[in-house]
Amino acid sequence: MEGVGFLTILGIIVTASIRSATPLIFASLGGNFSERSGVFNIGLDGIMTIGAFSAVFFSYKTGSPWAGLLGAIVMGGLFGLLLAFMSIYFKANQVIVGTAINILAASLTTFLLVEIWGRPGQTDNVEYFKAVGPFNLFTYLAFVMVIVSYYVMYKTPFGLRVRSVGEHPRAADTLGINVYAIQYICVIISGVLAGIGGASLSIGSMSLFKEGMVAGKGFIALAALIFGKWHPIGAALACLFFGFAVALETVATNLPVPRELLYALPYIMTMLAVSGFVGRSVGPAAGGIPYEKGEK
Amino acid sequence: MSAVIEMKGISKSFPGIRANDNINLKIEQGEIHVLLGENGAGKSTLMNILYGLYQPDEGQILIKGKPVKIVNPNVAISHGIGMVHQHFMLIPPFTVTENIILGKEPHKGTTLDIQKAISDVEEISKKYELRVDPRVIVRDISVGMQQRVEILKTLYRGAEILILDEPTAVLTPQEIDELCIIMRSLVYQGKSIILITHKLKEVMSMSDKVTIIRRGKVIDTLNTKDTNIDELAEKMVGRKVSLTVEKKEAKVLSPILEIKGLKVLDNRKLEAVKGIDLQVHGGEILGIAGVDGNGQSELVQAITGLSKAEAGEVFLNGKDITNLPPREIIAGGVGHIPEDRHKRGLVLAYTLAENSILGSHYLKKFRKGMGLSYQNIREYCRKLISEYDIRTPNEKVIAKSLSGGNQQKLIVAREIDRDPSLCIASQPTRGLDVGAIEFVHKKLIELRDEGKAVLLVSLELDEVMDLSDRIAVMYDGKIVGILDAKDATEKKLGIMMAGGSAQDAV
Repeated sequence: MEGVGFLTILGIIVTASIRSATPLIFASLGGNFSERSGVFNIGLDGIMTIGAFSAVFFSYKTGSPWAGLLGAIVMGGLFGLLLAFMSIYFKANQVIVGTAINILAASLTTFLLVEIWGRPGQTDNVEYFKAVGPFNLFTYLAFVMVIVSYYVMYKTPFGLRVRSVGEHPRAADTLGINVYAIQYICVIISGVLAGIGGASLSIGSMSLFKEGMVAGKGFIALAALIFGKWHPIGAALACLFFGFAVALETVATNLPVPRELLYALPYIMTMLAVSGFVGRSVGPAAGGIPYEKGEK
Repeated sequence: MSAVIEMKGISKSFPGIRANDNINLKIEQGEIHVLLGENGAGKSTLMNILYGLYQPDEGQILIKGKPVKIVNPNVAISHGIGMVHQHFMLIPPFTVTENIILGKEPHKGTTLDIQKAISDVEEISKKYELRVDPRVIVRDISVGMQQRVEILKTLYRGAEILILDEPTAVLTPQEIDELCIIMRSLVYQGKSIILITHKLKEVMSMSDKVTIIRRGKVIDTLNTKDTNIDELAEKMVGRKVSLTVEKKEAKVLSPILEIKGLKVLDNRKLEAVKGIDLQVHGGEILGIAGVDGNGQSELVQAITGLSKAEAGEVFLNGKDITNLPPREIIAGGVGHIPEDRHKRGLVLAYTLAENSILGSHYLKKFRKGMGLSYQNIREYCRKLISEYDIRTPNEKVIAKSLSGGNQQKLIVAREIDRDPSLCIASQPTRGLDVGAIEFVHKKLIELRDEGKAVLLVSLELDEVMDLSDRIAVMYDGKIVGILDAKDATEKKLGIMMAGGSAQDAV
């Protein structure tokens, strides 16, 4: 690496950080909507898988990556709806529903791979989004979505209502706010965003879907959400930090630090964040508790 | 005078209980109308129906003579009904303004117009003379102030009829006086108020009219000025009740509980008890008065070993029990009637028999080899049931199936039957009906007359004043003063509960 300037390495690391952060940002913004409305979405990871697969499938069927993106949005939204339906209508345990969605997503995509392309592992090559400048389309969209999410959550009546539902649904109910409607909308939005996040992994940077390509990124996005204190901008910064850890790891051969430590860094940081080491991170008060109308 | 609200023949059942049974209620324009009844009489159910939170099984509601169907709170709000709930419906991390405008937010396009919101709140706060700071976070303001925010919430929505559900439960006597003034001024401005309460004194001082509800039925509607406390009590309970607690002069013995410089942290790791010195003697009831959240719970938890004392010492009969495990503290002679009977007093899913030996389960008389001797346990529980008049089919039903009063009797029975030298009673009558309250009070006085020490913690000032021989007032984790019960007046205690000294009250 002699002769490669410090700035060049820095440039590589910065762009790599932003690239790896892109899918995380979508998913953690999605998680933010869902959790702010009081519904835990542990299924983000599975919905990303669904998004990544659907994007490739629809691009394969139509020859257009745009149709692929649309497919990821619709399928992500539908899986969001499924999670919403189970956890709001049936009041099922949200952690279990989310886990079920993760398992369903993994097995369904594996099954469909064989059904459609006749082999496990990966799909054929399809049309995908080429990079525009240093990044692909999704990266720019991610940053726009951060601003939009912040605006919606903190500057609109809708955002105020979402936050009130996540903190104290009964109080919101007494003011005539439709708690269930808000939760459905937010969980569907979280599915859509996770779906786009998944698509950014497949048709955003490569031409195919591979089994296991999401590899726990949905969970890292949830960690970023906690680390970022349930705030869209905080979460995005946390995603960038986690992206940075991944980027570092790719050039770590030159660093006097074991790679394993860098691998573990995001998780260690999250644990520190949750345990209150870096300023305590407190989530929405009513998160994870199904709201019972008319209960005393 | 015309009826702004008329509820006709309202009935509502929940599984196993007929909460409202053919209730008729008429509210006139510009009056303060009390709904009086014991806990569980059906007052809140009726008001939740009026506010659209529950649907009645039968009956009709008329607003200004027109029949209406109130299917949800939005409909109630649009008819000018506003409700201040017993447990405040405020979002703690939101500002005063955000709490008030929630659900009816001023906006420019899609954007929330927070400047207009703040000026709207300032305007109604000025109009009704309910001063609040629109920009502060609700979590950081006093309970009295939070109640103002709740009232402003209804006024912001144009409420003409305000329902206040047990509004005084959390207030100091001075705050109650302020509330009284606020209500009078609202009525003066043409509003009508429905006040839900079970406190007879408030009925007399605050209302124009009173409707008494017992077991889901309307017993009577009276003009307040034509009635008196004794008549109301009898109608509320259904039999003659003695409202004063009868007790002999205390025969004070040597100290049983001694606390020196006790400091305790709360669950947020903030100091909740900030250095307390206290002695409770045999043969006396020491009452701790104070507004909720001034360190009372933490004090009790530290004495009973449920949480750790950061500093200071606790002695029981001269023996240091500081930070001993609860089992040793119980065995040392402490009985504890905890403030939350569902969380700490009982295991709701266990039978009465099993609940009756919690804390003594390891004693030989309840054991058979490695296991439990259910025969002995059931026999013991049957003894408690008959001695303490616990109303239950048998000792094998689960604790959850009992009424609150009978659950509390079981706890009292268990704790007193241990023959403790110190009994700590935390909110021992919260949510109980008059009969059960009388029972618990009688038992505590019996203990005292036997020469035991009783430490009573209660948010009900009347209870503290009636039962105690000495009263310690807690404010902000400290004891601001200890009064002899004979010298204690509501006014003095009220000032001390807000942090003032007894001298201020003279």
